[in-house]
Amino acid sequence: MSKQITLTIDRRQVTVPEGTLVADAAKMAGIDIPVFCHHPKLEPVGMCRMCLVEIGRPVRDRATGQFVMENGAPKIQFMPKLETACTNKVEEGMVVLTQSEKAAEGQKGTIEFLLTSHPLDCPVCDKGGECPLQNLTMAHGPGKSRFIFDEKMRLDKMVPLGELIWLDRERCIQCARCIRFQDEIAGDSVIGFDDRGRRTQIVSFSEPGFDSVFSGNTTDICPVGALTTTDFRFGARPWELEAHASICTQCPVGCNTTLNTRREAKAGGKIVVKRVMPRQNEEVNEIWICDKGRFAYHYTEGKKRLTRPLARKDGKLLRVSWEAATKLAAENFLKAKKNFVILASGRLSNEDLFNLKSLADHSEGRAYLYSHIGGGELTSLVGVGEGTNFAKMGAGTTIVVIASNLYEEAPIWHLRVKQAAERGATLIVMNPRGTKLDRYASFVVRYAYGDEVKSVQELGKKGRIGDAFLKSENAVILYGSEGLGISGSAAVASACAKLLNDNGFVGKPNNGLIGVWGRANDQGAWEMGFEVEEDLAKVLKGKAVYIVGADPAADDPKLAKALEGAEFVAAQDVMETATTEIADVVLPAQAFTEREGTLTSGERRAQRFYPAVPVTGDAKPDFAITSQIARHMGVILEGTSVSAVFDILAASVKSFEGLNYAKLAEVKPQWPIVGRGDLYYGGTTYENTQGMGAQLSAAAARGEKVSIPRVQREAPPRPKENELLAVPVTKLYDRGTTVLPAELLHERIGDASLILHPDAAKSLGVEAGQAVNVSFNGVSGGAVVKLDDTIPVGVALIPRSMGLAIREPVPLKVK
Amino acid sequence: MAHILLRHRDIPDIHRLEVYKKNGGFAAFKNAVTNMKPAEVTDVVKNSGLRGRGGAGFPTGLKWSFIDNKNWPHYVVANADESEPGTFKDREIMEGNPFQFLEGVAIASYAVSANVAYVYLRGEFWQLAEFLDEKIAEMEEAGYLGKNLFGTDYSLKLYTHLGAGAYICGEETALLESIEGKRGQPRVRPPFPPSYGLYGKPTIVNNVETLTNVPLILANGAEWYKNMGTPDSAGVKIFSLSGRVRKPGNYELPFGTTFRELIFTHGGGVQDSRKVKAIMPAGASSSLILVDDEKVLDTPMDYASVRTLGADLGSASVIVVDETVSMDWLVNKTVHFFRHESCGKCTPCREGTYWMSHLTERIHDGRATKADVDLLLIVAKQMQGKCLCALGEFSTMAVVTGIERFRNDFEKVVKA
Amino acid sequence: MSLATKYPKEVKQILSKYPPEHKRSAVMPLLYLAQREEGYLTKTAMQEVAKIVDITETDVAAIVGFYTLYHDKKEGKYRMQVCTDLPCALRGADQFMENLCANLGIKVGETTEDGLITLEAVMCLAACDKAPVFQTQGPDGIKYHENMTVDRTMELIAALKNAGGEAK
Ligand SMILES: Cc1cc2nc3c(=O)[nH]c(=O)nc-3n(C[C@H](O)[C@H](O)[C@H](O)COP(=O)(O)O)c2cc1C
Ligand code: SF4
Ligand code: FES
Repeated sequence: MSKQITLTIDRRQVTVPEGTLVADAAKMAGIDIPVFCHHPKLEPVGMCRMCLVEIGRPVRDRATGQFVMENGAPKIQFMPKLETACTNKVEEGMVVLTQSEKAAEGQKGTIEFLLTSHPLDCPVCDKGGECPLQNLTMAHGPGKSRFIFDEKMRLDKMVPLGELIWLDRERCIQCARCIRFQDEIAGDSVIGFDDRGRRTQIVSFSEPGFDSVFSGNTTDICPVGALTTTDFRFGARPWELEAHASICTQCPVGCNTTLNTRREAKAGGKIVVKRVMPRQNEEVNEIWICDKGRFAYHYTEGKKRLTRPLARKDGKLLRVSWEAATKLAAENFLKAKKNFVILASGRLSNEDLFNLKSLADHSEGRAYLYSHIGGGELTSLVGVGEGTNFAKMGAGTTIVVIASNLYEEAPIWHLRVKQAAERGATLIVMNPRGTKLDRYASFVVRYAYGDEVKSVQELGKKGRIGDAFLKSENAVILYGSEGLGISGSAAVASACAKLLNDNGFVGKPNNGLIGVWGRANDQGAWEMGFEVEEDLAKVLKGKAVYIVGADPAADDPKLAKALEGAEFVAAQDVMETATTEIADVVLPAQAFTEREGTLTSGERRAQRFYPAVPVTGDAKPDFAITSQIARHMGVILEGTSVSAVFDILAASVKSFEGLNYAKLAEVKPQWPIVGRGDLYYGGTTYENTQGMGAQLSAAAARGEKVSIPRVQREAPPRPKENELLAVPVTKLYDRGTTVLPAELLHERIGDASLILHPDAAKSLGVEAGQAVNVSFNGVSGGAVVKLDDTIPVGVALIPRSMGLAIREPVPLKVK
Repeated sequence: MAHILLRHRDIPDIHRLEVYKKNGGFAAFKNAVTNMKPAEVTDVVKNSGLRGRGGAGFPTGLKWSFIDNKNWPHYVVANADESEPGTFKDREIMEGNPFQFLEGVAIASYAVSANVAYVYLRGEFWQLAEFLDEKIAEMEEAGYLGKNLFGTDYSLKLYTHLGAGAYICGEETALLESIEGKRGQPRVRPPFPPSYGLYGKPTIVNNVETLTNVPLILANGAEWYKNMGTPDSAGVKIFSLSGRVRKPGNYELPFGTTFRELIFTHGGGVQDSRKVKAIMPAGASSSLILVDDEKVLDTPMDYASVRTLGADLGSASVIVVDETVSMDWLVNKTVHFFRHESCGKCTPCREGTYWMSHLTERIHDGRATKADVDLLLIVAKQMQGKCLCALGEFSTMAVVTGIERFRNDFEKVVKA
Repeated sequence: MSLATKYPKEVKQILSKYPPEHKRSAVMPLLYLAQREEGYLTKTAMQEVAKIVDITETDVAAIVGFYTLYHDKKEGKYRMQVCTDLPCALRGADQFMENLCANLGIKVGETTEDGLITLEAVMCLAACDKAPVFQTQGPDGIKYHENMTVDRTMELIAALKNAGGEAK
């Protein structure tokens, strides 16, 4: 523990770690010093001058270095000027007066200065009701303004910084929190100050505007209503909103969120989600979320929501009762015997997946995970141990990121890995092309697509990079699926797992393997023993298939065809999809906003989410539907209490042992303090009151014998002349079922693209922005050319889930 | 007396390397590098009593001794931003006597073991920067800059860096930000540049005039320098004289010379023989010295004496204001300057200069009432002691002293 | 044509002044270089400077916006920047400016019809003893003109016109 310092703030003795800023020390002791520019996550700048306080320091004798005493106490010398509490660090014996007449006068003065140019539009401002400026004006400001209203600076009030974030220039108080967030935390310096003096204004010159996947966070930490999201502005008043704890379902990070809901006339008096806000979990997402998590929730309210069970009669899907629908499915599954196949995705909760897996285990069926990444079984063997926390990684820890572009695939991990590197962790980024993480890396390894396994093995050998890896105290590897299919990623996982296991980087906090999965709960599925299959078409054909939370028919024409040739298809989903359209039975599931459950993040943390809005139609939670089907098949699975399902799961899956809903709901004190009455401090982010979740144990930590299967990596196909090697990559904003319904993201989603090296484009005679036709492996379609000079010349990148079904590296032709 | 800084006025062509050399040029630098330890050089400067000429008057040798020797590399930055209205001395030094200045930079660099030094010039000094680049190239050619100087292992590179029109870049931390390729906004201090400066490394920032003193101090010794001026303000100072005088210009005089001598003996007296109404001893940032008594003019110009008049000597840019000037006009000018130059980083300065400019304009235009004058004073005082850097403070000096010392000038122009 | 291909030597020389890990420092000199021809900074120029020093275009724009000698809009070929700050004003600068405006038939901030001169009022130029004073900012950099009269200014303008031909 670092050295403790004792000081006096407003006559109260306060003891805090050395290096703490006075403003933070006061906060820890429950004393609120008003701040605007200060944010405990950002570097101190002392620019708004709101936190002016009187600071006295004990006088030391020059010769002895001892305190000079006066009337039995150290003599305190106060500075003639007020000082900023947000830039001064605590010192032993320091005396701080935050409410003396002089300090109060200084604080009042700053508020008055800020208000001289601030508009009086609180009644129509989105921040009204949760506005630090409003609150602090009440607490510390002057009663009325002496500034002549007519001389107020008039500025633009509706400036789009991009299509997601709007700026009201009049409301901005130039605290630079947003700019500093983008510079220091996000690492995307895409907004800045133009001009100077009173004309200082926020601008963005990037293309698209405010080009950062973290942009929404600036609206949370903006202490006034200057920055608002397109999604929420003019949407509701903060005091009308209810808050419900949830977990983001968009990627494996598992960000803790709060769903703000309100009864809405526009929605016929229904309660709807008005916005998604971060909920503090310093071990997962701190107080941030990415824009996909913030804006993509709209699918849950989409027009295409399924509301009633349907069954096919004379080629048409018709409404039937739950009893009839589940019975029909059950009969067909029973009849199929060994040909019963469950295909479920990581969009489902742990409880859902557990019931599905149990059904497969207790019948003759098999349960497959609908995923494009393999190797997950290894993450429950040598996955990161309990206590793993990126925030605790620094010097002594090596983080390897291989075959993944975290910025696009798991943005908050990108941010946390970046911070760990900045704190001194050794970051090794291995990828055939440049990623945003390269800037923070100690080593960047560029291998050729296909050489993933070899480059992982190199880490275990002598050499500059290998030494750095082998000599570290802790090591974490994040592996992904850039340029890889299922077998390719499984081979990488196996190579990584072996390397970690051989070198003792397993079974401990901040050590182990992390998969950068495609979905929020893939890790949960792996823990429960789901398997993946490279050739799904073969698996589906002629079978009785139970598809849950997945849309293979839309993703890949080959799978659509396979389903057409299936014996029977039951599709269970939140929305109408291409798959439900061809199903024999359609089972409407509740969205995560309507129900309770748990998800397991890529860091193997089980976390609870809670219902926020009423159920749509007759939809049921997935685990209950499965239980109903199971009952008709003679298998008894818990179908009413979700926590009971979790208890059964915890009793049968070792890594969940000892966990229950109460445990997952535990919280502990976190720093910085956010979200209470004093919103100015940490922003409008929500405090975590409903649970921080708990990490699963890894087999390696339980002392089980770990043996890593050796997976052979097939060499990628060799493209012929006038062909390129097409490889799949992942894009944050894609055309996935849970993204596309959010219309405000459409500009960012864009069209299917073909990413080429400029030289490759030149020799093909195509230019950036040009539409071309591509064909590979029986797939053909249009794509727009984009250029990237960091990729190899003979390669073409194709983003997944953008309309061109690419599962693994394949030769491609451009027309 | 021969000039110590403006030596080009005595020695023609001293801007030419051979002429400078013939007049003892670079001997001090060579002697320092070959015969002295860096700390010894610092000590000589410390003992000479030299204080910074950029405005704050901080003891130069003391500043050098603060350089953090646990953190490397070190940098020296010469502050040639010279943007204080009424100041034009650094420019004359660099144009007329460039080598003495550059030798000063070189000696300072050696004293703090810096191998790279930058000269930060305001953007308007574009031509001057080109001229200095030539002079630096000549020094390199002659072996006064570069690797292994004078056969030792000491190396030094000198570069110019042009600003681009921002008064605030004269403030040392804003200046460093500017060299780093950022908006020139001041940093919170502490830490001060000698521990956290350019690129976060220990850095000494000194004014051009300060540095130009150094070669002769080294050549002639600390005592020689200390014997000039006054006990509190050692040596000579260039007074930039401007405003309503017959002969404006730079005058290099020992500290302690009286205002009267500067204005009347050197400056030829006030235009049209009018009376001096006020003096701004430190450019637009000064307090207005009320000259209601002839005796005021007999005040010696040194840091301590000027303070007794309720003002600071600062950069010693003496602006003479005669009896025909009304202070409501003058204060409107200075406030406009500061509003234009406020960097916008901190609230009181950004908003205060904006607010004050509305008030001074209204007062000057005759649209104001007496209450506006009172409010102006309140706003200025409300800014004082609260800003992040001294610019905000500077902007209030003429306002507060103007109203307090020349209230009539304001009340004359307001509505009843 | 791009900066890097047009002025490779200058770009390299500018970069060489600063530690390679701090090449951002080169942004200001590069902006001067980029501003040379057009007299202002085009979007493309800012993008290019951003690329050379590896910062974002927004960062570059923020710098351009902060400093008054960088311009993001096209104005006259020469900017005539007259100091009207306090010391110069005490020596007749305001009157000089007024007379100059009358002679040129434009107001402060405006450009002459032939596009040659944009008249601007600026803060102290460190030439207070030589008022009236202005600087010209043009294709050949920044130059001082001291102890000026309106007549001499008009002569200078005529010379600029003859030398450069008609402004583009
Ligand atoms: C707003 C402001 C403007 C300044 N302008 C200048 C300047 O133009 N030239 C200068 O040498 N110092 C200027 N200074 C002072 C510098 O911050 C710094 O104190 C000085 O360069 C130190 O050098 P010295 O110790 O040799 O005086 C300014 C300070 C402030 C607050
Ligand atoms: S006092 Fe003025 S110049 Fe200094 S930091 Fe504040 S705004 Fe900037
Ligand atoms: S200056 Fe301390 S909070 Fe802004």
